[in-house]
Amino acid sequence: MRDVAVIAFAQSLVGHDREHNEVELISPVVQAAVSQSGIARHDIGFTVSGSCDYLSGGPFTFVQGLDAVGAWPPIKESHVEMDAAWALYEAWVAIQVGDVDSALIYGFGKSSTTDVHEVFSLQNDPYYVAPLWPSTIDMAALQACAALHAGVTTERDIAEFSAACHRAARSNPHAIAAADVSADEVLAAPMTHPPLRDADIAPITDGAVAVVIAAAAVARSVCDRPAWIRGIEHRIEPQALGVRDLTASASTRAAAEAAGVGDAPVEVAEIHAQFGHEGPLLARALGLGADTVVNPSGGPLGANPLMSAGLIRIGEVAERIWDGGVGRGVAHATQGPCLQQNLVCVLEGEGS
Amino acid sequence: MLVESHVLEYPGGYTRSVGPIVGRFLTGLRDAEIVGARASDGRVIVPPLEYDPTTAEPIGEFVDVGPGGAVTAWTWVAEPRPTKSPLDDPFAFALVLLDGADTPMLHAVDVDGPDAMSVGMRVEPRWRAERVGSIRDIAAFVPEGSAGPTPESPAPTTEEREPVTGIVSPVRLEYEINAGVAQTKYLRGLAEGKVIGQRAKDSDQVYVPPRGTDPTTGVLTEIDVEVADSGTVTTFCVVNVPGLSELAPEIPYVCAQILLDGGNTPWFGLVQGIEADDVHMGMRVKAVWADELEASAASIKWFEPTGEADAPYESYREYA
Amino acid sequence: MAPKLSAVIGVGQTRHVTARHDVSMAGLVREAARQALDDAGMDWSDIDAVVVGKAPDTFEGVIMPELYLADALGAAGKPMLRVHTAGSVGGSTAIVAAKLVMAGIHERVLAVAFEKQSESNATWGLTVAMPFQAPLVAGAGGYFAPLIRAYMARSGAPRHIGHLVAVKDRRAALRNPNAHLHLADIDLKMVEESFLLWDPLRYLDVCPSSDGAMAMVIGSESVADAAPGPPAWIHGTAMRSEPTMFAGRDQVNPQAGRDCAADVYAQAGITNPRQDFDCAEVYVPFSWYEPMWLENLGFCPEGDGWKLTEAGATAPDGDIPWNPSGGVLSSNPIGASGMIRFGEAAQQVRERAGDYQVKLQTGRALGQAYGGGSQFFSMWVVANHKPD
Repeated sequence: MRDVAVIAFAQSLVGHDREHNEVELISPVVQAAVSQSGIARHDIGFTVSGSCDYLSGGPFTFVQGLDAVGAWPPIKESHVEMDAAWALYEAWVAIQVGDVDSALIYGFGKSSTTDVHEVFSLQNDPYYVAPLWPSTIDMAALQACAALHAGVTTERDIAEFSAACHRAARSNPHAIAAADVSADEVLAAPMTHPPLRDADIAPITDGAVAVVIAAAAVARSVCDRPAWIRGIEHRIEPQALGVRDLTASASTRAAAEAAGVGDAPVEVAEIHAQFGHEGPLLARALGLGADTVVNPSGGPLGANPLMSAGLIRIGEVAERIWDGGVGRGVAHATQGPCLQQNLVCVLEGEGS
Repeated sequence: MLVESHVLEYPGGYTRSVGPIVGRFLTGLRDAEIVGARASDGRVIVPPLEYDPTTAEPIGEFVDVGPGGAVTAWTWVAEPRPTKSPLDDPFAFALVLLDGADTPMLHAVDVDGPDAMSVGMRVEPRWRAERVGSIRDIAAFVPEGSAGPTPESPAPTTEEREPVTGIVSPVRLEYEINAGVAQTKYLRGLAEGKVIGQRAKDSDQVYVPPRGTDPTTGVLTEIDVEVADSGTVTTFCVVNVPGLSELAPEIPYVCAQILLDGGNTPWFGLVQGIEADDVHMGMRVKAVWADELEASAASIKWFEPTGEADAPYESYREYA
Repeated sequence: MAPKLSAVIGVGQTRHVTARHDVSMAGLVREAARQALDDAGMDWSDIDAVVVGKAPDTFEGVIMPELYLADALGAAGKPMLRVHTAGSVGGSTAIVAAKLVMAGIHERVLAVAFEKQSESNATWGLTVAMPFQAPLVAGAGGYFAPLIRAYMARSGAPRHIGHLVAVKDRRAALRNPNAHLHLADIDLKMVEESFLLWDPLRYLDVCPSSDGAMAMVIGSESVADAAPGPPAWIHGTAMRSEPTMFAGRDQVNPQAGRDCAADVYAQAGITNPRQDFDCAEVYVPFSWYEPMWLENLGFCPEGDGWKLTEAGATAPDGDIPWNPSGGVLSSNPIGASGMIRFGEAAQQVRERAGDYQVKLQTGRALGQAYGGGSQFFSMWVVANHKPD
């Protein structure tokens, strides 16, 4: 396998954006990431994006995203109807094939345009589940209930995780749900979607993200301390909630093992936990130890631009490696009801 | 900023054929019965999946399950969604493990409040009086013993005794879409009877209508350029398909690409005021504005011929 | 670093029809996938990864239906990807699947593309009116018909050329049991008298709306060498995109299509497509796109595409048959159509095309798909022999 590194990462200042359309959201982020990469736009070999037509309210809406990336002269380009973390996976594969040495990956979505928790109810089995319209919060809450009842986590564990994410978000200029809140304060609040509390639920967020990855020779020529992708794996589980163990996230565990998470200590982990209980659950599935700093960015509980949040996890770990502070980190991305599909990426600095 | 409400809905709902396995389950529901199917590892899966989650092989034989069962997980829906949620008043969603089943199914539980819910509580289905072969034939689960007698479906016609082969799924989603900076400028321009295009800083290519960027570079188009409301038809077609749009004129009508004077991208619009057969490439046209202008694309109703001599092919060849 | 060799070793598809009332979405994709596995002599457990492609989810009203389809496609516990590149998606999906093998990441990948568009309606799905756009909707044909007119003006092509393609492809489809349209009586007069939809496109110049699925198993060199049936070796793959609209864009003969073709031809050593291929399966949803793509893909000089069509060069008994399967004009499950082109090209070089098999001389075929506003292109070259 070729060595590939993350060398640039930019995300928009997120929130409820009533001013820009998707293209205007993406353009500055792509410009910033390309500029940061040190590679000329037309020397970037491949472009892949991740988005969801349903966030824009119509078919083919991903096409407009192309207007933001300068696809002229024509470019090698693809798109996945998935979180942009999987777009990065497709780009990584393209570099492994060998005909490109670098790639631009971007994700985008404006969740504030609609009731996303209702809209994404349409991800469910169209015959048995979708006609009942359980929202994504309802589904997550069922998983949280199962996890609590099985004893794999506790209300306090969940509150500790959520509170820590909101506190960490204070140092993240892109976060919108930062708060100096303690676990006790979280526990004192009502369960609005039992057993979940509002602090356990990611905020509605608009945003875009762009990342540049490159093969070793290019990465070393433009980046002092590339964040090397040492392992990147993803797995999917059957969708029906009844046929899988909702307390264990088997696909995360399998992806983590295949990616070699446990091969060495993990200093930092960015987990795509959109609900408080997912934090402890995923940390267990990833095999993280007590020494790992989890979601120093605040994670999705601080800011959750759909279709971008998974890729942002990869960018946040990479950024901490470039800064020199971190030698080895893990990024996780998820999609589908109740953590149905998961991607795990192990990143390391040089000499790690 | 300009914001518009948008509804995404396929009129009448999606018509989904269900196949024999899902069909058997739904037919059972219509008869107030619940079946599961046996997987290769012996588990009885409810509702029956068509394909074994472990082996991917077709699922095994059907097994009667329920009607009672136990809640294995639950949550509370304090704000039901009108016309969507299974119940109008606050209710619980739960995973219910029916007697004889090895996997729980998701459904609603109708109780007064979250205090009435607990993992392990026994429940049974309350059947809808009119059952059609849908997961909603179960109105909700209720505490065991409180469902009352199963309502008889109205006397079945011969047609109704046929196995269920399909369901209809209404899907209506609402959005608030904002126009974005570039389009807002352009639409506000229309409200003043002007056509405002945009170009990027280091380019002289004027985009009209502007969509936010110069797509060749991806850079935001930040410089406004007013263009004329007249131009040249670069190409067109005669539409003879009725009913494509509520706002379409009578067929046949002409949809054209029009290069506005001062602009560098074709504008898609109607051409009227001339027999469809007489429309031709190179024809000079001018916008016909609505009587009342507003910040909307409807401010320009259509384009009509000006009567000028045709533009020479070379002047628009690059655009056609 | 040279990509590893990969090959198509199994192909399966459904009989494409207006509406499948007898299966769920899972049942639809299973048919194609099971056929492809059987063709490859494999079972679900042999597959390392699954790549699914389809067009907008608004057609079926299920967001990311591949998630619900995971167990139907034997993907539980495996990596699964979902590609969406508009109309070209079936082709891009095949390419993404091939790349997983070319990169040495997997040995056996299942690629599936489908659409069950009868659950809504293709015309509705393609023309959902979005806010702030011009209030007029002209339909998909209304977008492409003006470009066809521009082509006719540039090339001087006579008006009946499109109708020749409409007849040719439907007659070819009569020999393809999977094709949707089997119009036994079709002739030029029938097309010329069919309802004029978007001048110059008549009803019979336009593709049908179909439910259908296509699947392929792509294997590594060692897997393909051991496969029960003949492999279609993948000699080149390419994708190119350009923006929907920009100042000076050539919408009729898009640069992205030309660049994509040049790339895949260079990989596969193609210098004269008309001679170097035995046939081509090309995405022609409106009849006039055959002459337009003949030029875009370099089968003839610019302006001459209609002459090739008129001369019968692209007929099944011509020197360069185009769409011997009947093409998109005969079957169009939108998300699957691109993969059907890629798969039918593979079937030709594997000599598995039954009654619509073309005679092989070079043993090479081209698969092409396009999408969006003629802006997304995916192509591959397959052959019955390994590259030199």
